[in-house]
Amino acid sequence: MTIAGKTPKTKKLDRATLISIFIIALVYVLAFVLEQVMPATSMLFTVLKKGATYALVAVSMNLLNGFTGLFSLGQAGFMLIGAYTYAIFTIPVAQRMNVYQYYNGGLVQFSLPVILALVLAGLFAALFAFLIGLPVLRLKSDYLAIATLGFAEIIRAIFQWDKIGVLTNGSNLLRLFPTFADFNVRDANGTVLVYWSTFVPFVIAGVCIALIMLLINSSYGRAFKAIRDDETAAEAMGINLARHKMIAFCVSSFFAGVGGAMLAMYANSVQAKSFTTAMTYEILLIVVIGGIGSVTGSVLSSFLFVASSEWWLRFLDQEQMIGAWKVPLLRNGFRLVVFSVIIMAVVLFFRQGIMGTRELPDLFRKRHKLAGKGARKA
Amino acid sequence: MFSTVLPYLLSGISVGGQYALIAIGYTMVYGILRLINFAHGDVFMVAGIVMVYITASGVPLYLSIPLVLIITAAVGFGIERVAYKPLRSAPRMSIMISAIGVSYTLQNLVLYITGGLNQFYPSIPFISDTVTIGTASTRMVTLVTPVLTLLLVVALVLLINHTKIGMAMRAVSKDFETSRLMGIKIDHVITVTFVIGSFLAGVGSILYFTNYSTVIQTSGSMPGLKAFVAAVFGGIGSVPGAVVGAFIIGICENLLKGLDTILVKAGLAKSMLGFTTFSDAFTFALLIIILIVKPTGLFGEKQTEKV
Repeated sequence: MTIAGKTPKTKKLDRATLISIFIIALVYVLAFVLEQVMPATSMLFTVLKKGATYALVAVSMNLLNGFTGLFSLGQAGFMLIGAYTYAIFTIPVAQRMNVYQYYNGGLVQFSLPVILALVLAGLFAALFAFLIGLPVLRLKSDYLAIATLGFAEIIRAIFQWDKIGVLTNGSNLLRLFPTFADFNVRDANGTVLVYWSTFVPFVIAGVCIALIMLLINSSYGRAFKAIRDDETAAEAMGINLARHKMIAFCVSSFFAGVGGAMLAMYANSVQAKSFTTAMTYEILLIVVIGGIGSVTGSVLSSFLFVASSEWWLRFLDQEQMIGAWKVPLLRNGFRLVVFSVIIMAVVLFFRQGIMGTRELPDLFRKRHKLAGKGARKA
Repeated sequence: MFSTVLPYLLSGISVGGQYALIAIGYTMVYGILRLINFAHGDVFMVAGIVMVYITASGVPLYLSIPLVLIITAAVGFGIERVAYKPLRSAPRMSIMISAIGVSYTLQNLVLYITGGLNQFYPSIPFISDTVTIGTASTRMVTLVTPVLTLLLVVALVLLINHTKIGMAMRAVSKDFETSRLMGIKIDHVITVTFVIGSFLAGVGSILYFTNYSTVIQTSGSMPGLKAFVAAVFGGIGSVPGAVVGAFIIGICENLLKGLDTILVKAGLAKSMLGFTTFSDAFTFALLIIILIVKPTGLFGEKQTEKV
């Protein structure tokens, strides 16, 4: 296995890494500049905000499924915990009466700064992951998948329970907390001076993904990959399986929690009902399209996935005329059918996904050696 | 007391029977391919939709029911050919992802066809009729389901234990590679497994949707997952185990739905405690407990792990 971007021996950055850093910086500058010049209602920004959110969640799932080989389907559950934690701790005190109207203003009567709430969102998700992981991580492949999926469902039910409504608002919406749009700098009349609403999610997701990359390239990351490739051999080499699996599970959940908080900020409201198994499946499919075991792939495919489903393929949902000829089949829902077919094609015929196991700097290297086969044991 | 519990118990037995019919599909496929067929719940849902459309096109009932069962079996066969067969030598994770992809595809396809609206399931004479048992009023399907389920299971067990194809199935689920060396046509066995599983899911769907009366593209996922839990609970790979597990889950789930009412009427609780919220979560809690305490399930065989 070659590890993308960083060779452990030399500290000096090679050309490919520099190009990659340059490209990433360019993307950030573009995201900032475009938001200042283009109308704020443009579909592009919806895609960029949601894309950044999904990118973080997809990378966090990839850390588990792609790098550690733990097939977990609990992502939606951890996102839910993150989203709720963020919302509960950031709703302004003055608004609590409006939000918790059936619960007398709710239990929490203070609000925290956004950054702190984001970290807390991650920590709570990680805490739950730790508790869930204790029994569940002993299970293998498909049993682990179904058990984590089950836990996500249980969490969803608990958060909707009427009896803890003072905390979670029961099955009602949580809203009025700070969202991405609140980062825009406004003057006294409410006119926006500087737009930050796209840049901020980019920064949050960027920092988190960078942290995940650091972990993957550390000795822990190598241990994860060893566990993925062969559990028995890894154990024989002295890797503590339980401990490393737990670390991967908690870290992944931490970032899924942050991603959930970001999703709440993107959507302006939180409701337990929306964090379904289907959401986990969607994220899993993003990871698969991007390439299981490639962070770059997950990020790229998140943006592609969100852009296609929210924007580019929208035309498939409406009747279209080419001249006098009405294009057949086009009506509500056709977009998703086309989408599913593309996904099945990737799953069946392009199992490497977009990137396989390569990362961004690998694209600028001349070596034609494929970095490992994409296929690996579950 | 008993009269309060009775309606929940009855619907529990009925739903349990319907879960059992789905669970058999899971347990047989898992026994042979070691694959959680995530799309199985959606095959069950497709059977419901097919029934809606066939009846709407005016086909009489004595034709529509067999037609639905045949189409469902064909769908199961098709899925196996398109999505699982090309991945036979691929790692297990790929096949599981493919199964999730199929589930996603089927749901979107049905969403497209139905426009995402609830479809009303046609009422079938006799099994849709209302009957009164003791104090509980219920539909005939509640009584028909357990009987029909048991009949089908007995037939299936006979097939597995006393026919050549049944013997082949047992051999393949014991050892995939060796049975191939012994000249068993693996693909044939797998096809038969999928056809039987889908056929039973089709029967289950007729009973289930007669009870719940509407079908939508997501109707299959929850019953599917619960049936899978039932299969694990009973010991995956074991048909009687899946049936027992399904009845236990169906009954417990419905008792939990009625627990509030039962407790209040028995004077044990002053107000509703909101346990209904947990009727789905309960199933998964049960799954996790069984996986930790006895991972092989009630009737499962112990798998030895080879390096």
